[in-house]
Formats: sequence, C-alpha cells, structure tokens
Amino acid sequence: MANTQQSLSLTALAFRKLRKHHLAMGGLGVLVVLYVTCFIFSDFVAPYHFDSERRDLSYQPPSTIRMRDYNGNWHWPFVYSMSQTFDEYQRRVWVEDSSVMFPITTFLKGDEHRLLGLIPSNLRLLGVKPVLDPYLDGLSYPVMKEQLVEHARSRGADDHACRLLGKLPDGVEFHSKADVSHRVTARLYLFGADSRGRDLFSRIIYGGRVSLSIGLVGVFVSFTIGMLVGGLSGYYGGAFDNVTQRICEMIMMVPSFYLMLALRAALPMEMDSVQIYFMLVFIMSFIGWAGMARVVRGMVLSIRSNEYTEAARAIGQTDLNIITRHILPQTLSYAIVSITLSIPGYILGESTLSLLGLGIQDPYASWGNLLREAMAISEIKFHPWILIPGVFIFLTVMSFNFLGDGLRDAFDPKSQLVGKEYEQG
Amino acid sequence: MTTYIVRRLFISIPLLFVMSLITFGFIRLPKGDVLAPYRNDPKFSREELRRIEHTYRFDRSFLVQYGYWVKNIFLEWPDTEGMAPAKTFGETLKRHLPTRLRLDLGYSFTNRRPVTEVISERLTNTLLLSVVSLILVWAVAVPLGTYSAVHQYSLGDKALSFIAFIGMSFPSFFLALVLMYVVSLTGWLPIGGLTSISFAELGFFGKLIDLAKHMVVPVLVIVLGSIAGMQRLMRGNMLEVLRMQYVTTARAKGLPEGAVIYRHALRNALNPMITIFGYELSGLLSGAALTEIITSYPGLGSMMLQAVMNQDIFLVMASMMIGGVMLITGNLVADVLLAMADPRISYD
Repeated sequence: MANTQQSLSLTALAFRKLRKHHLAMGGLGVLVVLYVTCFIFSDFVAPYHFDSERRDLSYQPPSTIRMRDYNGNWHWPFVYSMSQTFDEYQRRVWVEDSSVMFPITTFLKGDEHRLLGLIPSNLRLLGVKPVLDPYLDGLSYPVMKEQLVEHARSRGADDHACRLLGKLPDGVEFHSKADVSHRVTARLYLFGADSRGRDLFSRIIYGGRVSLSIGLVGVFVSFTIGMLVGGLSGYYGGAFDNVTQRICEMIMMVPSFYLMLALRAALPMEMDSVQIYFMLVFIMSFIGWAGMARVVRGMVLSIRSNEYTEAARAIGQTDLNIITRHILPQTLSYAIVSITLSIPGYILGESTLSLLGLGIQDPYASWGNLLREAMAISEIKFHPWILIPGVFIFLTVMSFNFLGDGLRDAFDPKSQLVGKEYEQG
Repeated sequence: MTTYIVRRLFISIPLLFVMSLITFGFIRLPKGDVLAPYRNDPKFSREELRRIEHTYRFDRSFLVQYGYWVKNIFLEWPDTEGMAPAKTFGETLKRHLPTRLRLDLGYSFTNRRPVTEVISERLTNTLLLSVVSLILVWAVAVPLGTYSAVHQYSLGDKALSFIAFIGMSFPSFFLALVLMYVVSLTGWLPIGGLTSISFAELGFFGKLIDLAKHMVVPVLVIVLGSIAGMQRLMRGNMLEVLRMQYVTTARAKGLPEGAVIYRHALRNALNPMITIFGYELSGLLSGAALTEIITSYPGLGSMMLQAVMNQDIFLVMASMMIGGVMLITGNLVADVLLAMADPRISYD
C-alpha cells in the first residue's frame, strides 16, 4: 500500500508508538477513569457527602449486598442495617438486622450539590432507598422516639419497622424527618466506614479530588518555574546561571523529606483547607523545581550550540524568538515524559504530609489523610478496610509510571519499532 | 586525588553554611515560642527562663541567634558574663578566644538534653537500619538484575520486570502499613520500637534475636521498596555491557559463558552501580525517615518529625545539617569510588 503512504510528524509517530504500548494505554485508561470520576462526577458517584457521618456506625465493615433474604427469597439487591453488640466473649461484633430490607437504588435524591460546580443537582448514582420514610410523614417535629414509633404504627408500619425505629436513642428530640431518616436508614458502605461512621468509598472519591489534582497543579507550578529558570540560565549563562545553579544545588542537597518537614514547620499550623492545599503545592514545587531547572538547563546548553540555533541568531532573530521557537520545542518531548513521571512524586508528597497530620485536615479528605486512621496499627486488625485508600494511591502511581514509561519509549528516537512496521505496512 | 578530595570538602563548606542559614530562617519564621515546654513547668522560675532566653539569644534578632548557634558548634567560648572588665591586653584577648574544641549542636528543649546526645543515639539506630537494608538490597538486587539481563525476555525476566514495576509504584508508607497489618494478624513479630521491655534481662544472643525481630518490618519495607529500582538499573547496565564488542570478542575466542559474564561483563556493569552506591549513602537518612515514623522505629526520622512539631529548633537544625553532610560525603564517596574502580577516570 505504498501509494497511501504519507509522511507523519514526529508527534504523530510518537502517538502511533504509544498506542501499541499496552501497559501505557492501560495506565492511561485507569487515569482517565479516576480523574473523570473524581473531578467531574464526584458528587454524583459518591453515595454520601464526605462529611456525612453516623457515629453509631463507627468502623462498620463493608456492607454485604444481598439478593436473597433470610427466607431464601430472591430480591432486587439490598442491604440490611447493621448494629454493634457484644458476643459471648464480650467482644464487639456487628450483626445485621434482617427484619427490614433496604433496597439499593440508582439515581436517587441525596444531598444538594453542583455537578461540575455549575449544574445544581441532588442525584446520586447509588444509594439506599429510605424505606421507612413514608412512616415519618405527617408528624410535627421536634418529636421524641415514643411518639415516632406510635405514629409509624398508625401509618401502617409493621413490627419490624417499629423495632428498627425503637433502636433510636432514648430521650432525644428529633428535629426533622431528614434527621430521623438519616439515623434509621441502613448505609451503603461499599468499602466500610471510618472511625466516625463516614462512608470510606465516598471519602475516597472526594479525597481523589485533592490527591489527584495536587499532582497536576504541583507539577504545573514547578515545571513552569523549572523551565523558565533552567531555560534562561542555560541560554544566557553568566552570573544568573551561577546563582540559580547554586540555589538548585542547595535545594537538592537537603534530604527532600527533611526539607518538606522543615518547610511545613516554617508555615503556620492552623490554616483553612484552601490555604493548606496551596501550602502543599508550594512546599512540593519549592522542592521540585530545582531538579527540572537543572535538566532543562543542560538541554538548553546543548541545543544552544546546535547549527540551527546559530543560524537563527545569524539571520537576526530575537532571543525571545529563538528560545520560544527553536529551543523550548526541542525540550518538549523530554518535558512531557518528565511531567508524567514526576506527578507520582507530588501525589506521594501530599499523601505523606497528610498521613503525618501535617497536610489536609479532617473533615476534608485526601488519600493520605484517609490512611491516617491506619496509623493506629493495633486497630487495623479489626478494620483492615481502612487501608483501601492506599490501593488507590498505588494504582494512580503505577498508572502514571506505566504511562510515562510508554511515552518515553514513544518519544525515544532510538526505538524505531513502529517506524519499521510502518515501512513494512 | 587527595587534593581533589580536599578541594571538594572546601567547596562544600560555604554550601553547608548557606543551607544552615536558610534552614534556620525557615524554622524561626513562624515566631513560635521555643521555650514553650518550659513555660508551664514550675521547676523553672521566670529568671531561669530569662537566663536561658538570654543564653541562646532568643531575645535578640534572628541573625544573632544564628550567629550564636554557629559560633558554638565546634568551639567553646569563655563565659564573660558578669566578669570584671579586662585589665591587660592579654586578658582581653583571652576572653575573645575559644577555649577548646568540641561538638555542641545546641540544646533540645523538649528532650531536655544536649542535641548531640539525643542525635547520636537516634543516628546509631538509623544507621543500623539503613546499613542492614542497604546490604540486603545489594545482595539481592545485583544477582537478580544480572539474571534478568542474561536471560533477557525469558519468563523469569518478564516476571521480575513486572514485580519491579509494581514494587516501584508501591508507596513505602503503604507497604509499611500493609506489612504491619499482616504482622499484627499473625502475631509473629513485635510491632514498633527497637527492643522489647525485657531487653535488659536477655543474654547476648537473646538481645541479638530481639533486635533482629524488631527490625524485620522496617528493613523489609526499605528493602522491598528499593530492590525494584536497583534491579532495573543493574539489568540495564548489564544489558548495555553485554552488547559491547569485548564481550563478543570474549565469546569468539571461546571463553565459557560463565567466564564471559562473570569475569568480563559483570565487573564492568558494576561500575555505574558504584556511583549509585555513593548516592545511596547520601539518601540513607531521609530514605528511612518515613518508614521509621510509621513503624515507630526510634530513629532520626521520627525524631525529626517530633522536633518539627514541637519547634525544637536546634534538633531540627542538627538533623538537617547531618542530612546535608551525609549528602556531601555520599557524593564525594561516589566520585572517589568511581575513580578507584575505573582507571579511565582521574581528577588530577
């Protein structure tokens, strides 16, 4: 098919090669899924708001999604509500209350949120149908438990439902239907609950917004600085080069983990969540730009002495033109690979600081912050699902590594694999 | 060679100096109360606190504080406070000259001990952990890398590459948590610390076994984390060397494959690894820090975290400086080792 052959640009060739790299494409796929769910659809996919808690369900194990009730009849998937009791050895155990089935529904109404930050919506992808809600209508709140049960019975609630309502705490006034419903409806804990009875799955989705975005933002900031400083010092040399190189060396000289801690110590401990986010970006970019600047400088140095740069200078092009048109594009393929491979470092940096309690603070979630509960190691034995956020960190890091590896192979002019295949085809 | 080493050491002095100044600035930036652990202690009177503040120049500007700290690291100065004015020139001179050499990195206000004391204990623990892990990593990664390269694209190589990829992506803190979870399930090993409570009563071998048991988890975390990368590096080096012409020559002249690989290829493939060994040395301290904190191993890392949280400034300064010194030494060792291993490289 020689007649259809046309010349391809280097970028097109690279993408051709990348598509053949299965691990890289797999990594890309995982990343796309993670980023899309966490950024665009987090409020929709997460069954609950990240701070929606049920203290009585602290560390509830992952819900068992059932299709058969205890009599052996088949149903639409449902969950039972769970509660804690003590077994014969006085150990805490979770038991399912098999009297009332809570069917799992899709597209149900939950908390108000804004899809993409714009479209107001209250739809949630997954949730538990609040089957007891009809019995709670027509009451004048606030109300005590006894009235509630009586009222429910008058509206036709069976013994099972009444028993479940009877489990509500004594001597407390309930202020709204939503409050009661929140307390009695079984929770869908796909990954179990955390210490305050918040849904770990939802928190992972919301936490992904922080953990995943901080990698991109951090890389963007330090790469901009690194490219700028490295480019300028490589192109102009002289005193500027000397000073920036010494600064880079100094930053790279300090062990990065210690530098991270010291920088954190330099900033105030009490901050609001947005400030903390940008503080984390600042800390990691502060450490990260030096390495970038050095490599970019080296590349610019070698490109500067190339003939085509000399030629551009000879025909009187401005410095700015030479840098932006001739030099920076040459560093682009390196930049893309390097960016991809350095994102995991930023994600891990955020996780580390949050894990140590120096980053994102509690009601808000990030993957590192979620793992913080696993630090009480004697406790993990009883609720190992607390480790799940680590799996997400691992998956993300691995995907970026695979993708970066694939990109490097694709941009590497020495690997001519696809070029040859193309010639044959 | 000696001149080279001396020159390198001299160059590093201003670097360390500026680094310490910047670090000091960072730590003093939040304007926290360094003496906070003493404020609520009835054992310290107001005058006592003021005296301590005055001794460390906390009542003066940041630069004076830094100057005082630097001045006292290696030299001891005569205490001129409250002394009668000097009469002779000799006396004046004597008051401005150091009395003796020593190492004093300041005082840790949370531990209430000199920093040098606190650090030396923790440093020993960290070095023990790091050196054991380093040896293990090398002992495992080099043979594995060689195997992978010699049997390139075999099933074993592919399996190793796959495991290495997973290993490189596995965050160390997560690995530590998972390992500790497994250990807590089985109950085979103790969790946290370096010694059991009954350590003092054990015999020599008992002590050794107790130590080893406590070190299994942190060592495993570090080793598993770094084997992957090292194995890949070794594989890459070895592959490069195996493509060299002298390897072909060796094969062509009929040397047995074992001799080709182990006598000719392996030695040359190890060359770049020697440089890496030097860089590893420099990363020893900070590499182990996070693992230490999570497995509650009493090393420098966990100390550093506490020091940072408690604004224990001299302790933070000292750990940063040790990190910096280790890095400089490591890089120097790397360059020197390389010159020793490779006759083509000389620095003179």
